[in-house]
Amino acid sequence: MDKQPSERTEQVETLTPLLAVDDLFCERDERVLFQNLSFRLAEGQVLQIKGGNGSGKTTLLRILCGLNDNYQGLIRWRGELLANCVEKFRDGMLYLGHRVGVSKVLTPRENLLWSGHLHRQISADEMDAALAQVGLQGFEDSQCFTLSAGQHQRVSLARLLLSEARLWVLDEPFTTLDVRGVAFLENLIGQHSDRGGSVLVTTHHALAVDGVTELTLGVGQMPRGSLS
Amino acid sequence: MSAARSTLAGAVVATLRRDLLIAYKRKNDLFNPFMFFVLVATLFPIGISPEPEALGEISAGVLWISALLASLLAMDNLYRADFEDGSLELLMLSPHPLYFLVLAKNFAHWLVSGLPIVLVSPLIAYMLNFPEGAYSTLVLTLLLGTPVLSLLGSIGVALTVGLGSRGLILAVITLPMSVPVLIAGTLTVSQTLEGASLSGYLAIMGAMLVAALTLAPLASAAALRISVN
Repeated sequence: MDKQPSERTEQVETLTPLLAVDDLFCERDERVLFQNLSFRLAEGQVLQIKGGNGSGKTTLLRILCGLNDNYQGLIRWRGELLANCVEKFRDGMLYLGHRVGVSKVLTPRENLLWSGHLHRQISADEMDAALAQVGLQGFEDSQCFTLSAGQHQRVSLARLLLSEARLWVLDEPFTTLDVRGVAFLENLIGQHSDRGGSVLVTTHHALAVDGVTELTLGVGQMPRGSLS
Repeated sequence: MSAARSTLAGAVVATLRRDLLIAYKRKNDLFNPFMFFVLVATLFPIGISPEPEALGEISAGVLWISALLASLLAMDNLYRADFEDGSLELLMLSPHPLYFLVLAKNFAHWLVSGLPIVLVSPLIAYMLNFPEGAYSTLVLTLLLGTPVLSLLGSIGVALTVGLGSRGLILAVITLPMSVPVLIAGTLTVSQTLEGASLSGYLAIMGAMLVAALTLAPLASAAALRISVN
């Protein structure tokens, strides 16, 4: 139970890291999900969080983006404690969760208009371009309950295109995407990283992006001899 | 980066617009509380007495209780769908204060669930032989009171939105908080009929509204954070 999660993060400490996590501890239902977890996320770094089912990947992401405060430890954003710079942090961070945040009765355009305006002003042209880029041209004005799960995911990917956030936090973004969608998102992550943006992503699939670093959660927590 | 940052007003308007749009597209939900209000109020003459005198006496209470129950029925839509599809998380991760975004959602919700009840109340009052001379007071008290009911209900919904089976728990949380509003509302109407000066009673209701506007969204926002946690 008390083994440390392995850590293979290449640390580039030249600048203040975008995100610094120290001694993170979290338990749920009296089960330790992770402890003594420390890592740095530099600008331009893509960090893939790995781990078996139930190893706490989603919990970790939700803690890091401030949706879950059931933890101990220090999280710093650009060197400042998260609690002291919540607004700046939310300005610079974009989270795509399991639940994609797409209302079924609204159209992709209406969904984007709202979620976009929570962060920045977006123009109609920008929005149309983003929807076309994620392959939703022709579906802009269909209500989302007529669209598939993969298309809902694509609506949320359009948010990445419209956002100026430095840090993307993506929780299993590939699950419902088709092959071309996966390639598109990998490309997008690569471009974001080239522009100096950072990405935290959980996925079980091997990321075809250059320079991905990995963090594995919950190593050794499975009983011996069981499926791992 | 900050040049394109949306203003607080922009985010609030976008949220208001979105919620009204959703309400418009879900017409069933839109008319439910309104129909419920009309139905409950219509059942009283059948159940108690069709005598105009008897009805006139209880009409203010009937209207207020119907409004209270209708607002309770409508509350569940407030955060439920947003919680399930993940929109609530987006709302919380916005750089803007959750207080104002919650207030925008509450206002949109009142516009589609509370305002129609206020508007139709004189008609139902007429049907219940409501005493002449107090119509304007009735509408005024409902206009001040129904937003308070919505704002208080919002706290209860925010607390229970994460629970799988909620059943009556929402009513158990919300109704005790709503009772003072019910008392103030019916008291104001009955005092008008006895010829008392209105301003004191309306001031109390106004104070309730101001207190609810300033404090309830804070509580709702905190409760939502707990529910999403």
